[in-house]
Amino acid sequence: MTPAARPALYSDTIRERWRRPRFRGELAGATGVAEDVNPLCGDRVRMMVRVDDGSIAAARFAGDSCAICTASADVVAELVEGRAAPAAAALGAEDVLAVLQADIRPSRLRCLTLPISVLQQALGR
Amino acid sequence: MRLDEQTRRDFPILERIVNGHPLVYLDSAASSQKPRTVIEAMSQYYARSHANVHRSIHTLGEEATELYEAARDRVHRFIGAASREEVVFTRGTTDGINLLAEALGRTLGPGDEILITELEHHSNIVPWQMAARDRGAIVRAVPLTREGLLDLDAVDRLLGPRTRVFAFAHVSNVLGTITPVARLAERARRAGAVTVVDGAQAAPHLPLDMSALQCDFYVFSAHKMLGPTGIGVLWGRRAALEALEPARGGGEMIKEVWIDRARWNDLPWRFEPGTPPIAEAVGLMAAVEYLEKLGMEQVAEHERTLARQTVEQLGAIPGVTVFGPPATVERGAVVAFGVEGLHPHDVAALLDEQGIAVRAGHHCAQPLMRWCGVVGTARASFSVYSSPEEVSLLSHAVASLRSHL
Ligand SMILES: Cc1ncc(COP(=O)(O)O)c(C=O)c1O
Repeated sequence: MTPAARPALYSDTIRERWRRPRFRGELAGATGVAEDVNPLCGDRVRMMVRVDDGSIAAARFAGDSCAICTASADVVAELVEGRAAPAAAALGAEDVLAVLQADIRPSRLRCLTLPISVLQQALGR
Repeated sequence: MRLDEQTRRDFPILERIVNGHPLVYLDSAASSQKPRTVIEAMSQYYARSHANVHRSIHTLGEEATELYEAARDRVHRFIGAASREEVVFTRGTTDGINLLAEALGRTLGPGDEILITELEHHSNIVPWQMAARDRGAIVRAVPLTREGLLDLDAVDRLLGPRTRVFAFAHVSNVLGTITPVARLAERARRAGAVTVVDGAQAAPHLPLDMSALQCDFYVFSAHKMLGPTGIGVLWGRRAALEALEPARGGGEMIKEVWIDRARWNDLPWRFEPGTPPIAEAVGLMAAVEYLEKLGMEQVAEHERTLARQTVEQLGAIPGVTVFGPPATVERGAVVAFGVEGLHPHDVAALLDEQGIAVRAGHHCAQPLMRWCGVVGTARASFSVYSSPEEVSLLSHAVASLRSHL
């Protein structure tokens, strides 16, 4: 296969979210915070949520991670804002992939799913 | 002729095209590729001679046993061991260290100390933590100097009357630092501590001579030195092995068994319970033959040159940090580096798009990553087939990385 025929390694959305994440930062008045690492590479992600009346009023992330993980955390935060907590906790990899418009190789899937599982921890699941 | 020009044809995998580019395999420290002679020796063994060893009084059993024990003789000469009884086959470096941690661990008491260093691979940290936890012992670590060398003054301070074991790597799998094994072993002996050396990154690249190294135990893996996965070597000075009570039981390691007790077999089988990795031993023997034919001095020189080139070329790229000792200090066949603004995973993924395989992550050395002040690094590493052209390809690719993301 020629290099041109292959899908780009990182979709434009991943690049854009990695360069300019919209939900990176601290969250004042957070009601749930969790942090975990990817045992594969040592990446660390913290997810912060403020739950107000059963739904997520705000979500932010912080951490030191690769492009896929950062983009995923950014999308996760965006997707869950405004959702009811149980619906937020049910967020899956396919939801994030749909936004990122990317094919993630099995070896990097954990980079994508780490923010999702950390969010679930932050929501006390 | 350069070593890579001599050897590349012998490694079928190097003909692969990856992502539209000829494979540039710079991940040999994680696991090296295998020459045809190793692959064929193992396949011939299975096709012609396989049976269990030591137990079978039939032709195939005898052939298998002969091959397995011939592999031991070959390794014995390769590492300059005093006798074949000092060569124990394990499943690899990690397995060898665990075997030692279990056996030595049983002799520890509360307050005893195990000394390691800050540059160890997790496999030379965690087994000692487990041994210490079980016995109320304490794990301490030798710090590093700013250049990434062991702080030798600290070694003297830390080797105390309670130190029972000093375990350290011969070559760091991240910084490439080569530790002065004989000097360290000498100091440990004066303090009454047993020395365990993790040779995983040394055996593939440096001429080894156990009599000169002066340590008590030395472990390594076949798969990093052109051999197969699933087998490794634990060398022990005869007196040290004899003093060690086996911690793992089973067939092969005994002379006589009763319901309530057993009598141990002779060295080295005492430490080889169960059916050993026989085909893997045959493969290891072929790998050692291959390396001996090249000559370990030539291998070491070839890889030293590549490492120096890599340090110089990567170090000259703006925004690239090379970890470990400066180019003027001799190092092993690894170069860890970081690219400003890019995560090591992304560095590896972008390089892979160009067919270049490097490792990225914490390299199973998280305490060392903390010392470096990073979560991970990218790492290029070399073997006999690695070429200066590949180093240049890497440098060019790294130089243009930041425009890719
Ligand atoms: C320095 C060092 N020690 C130990 C190991 C573990 O070797 P293995 O995985 O073959 O047991 C490695 C390889 O990853 C290493 O580089």
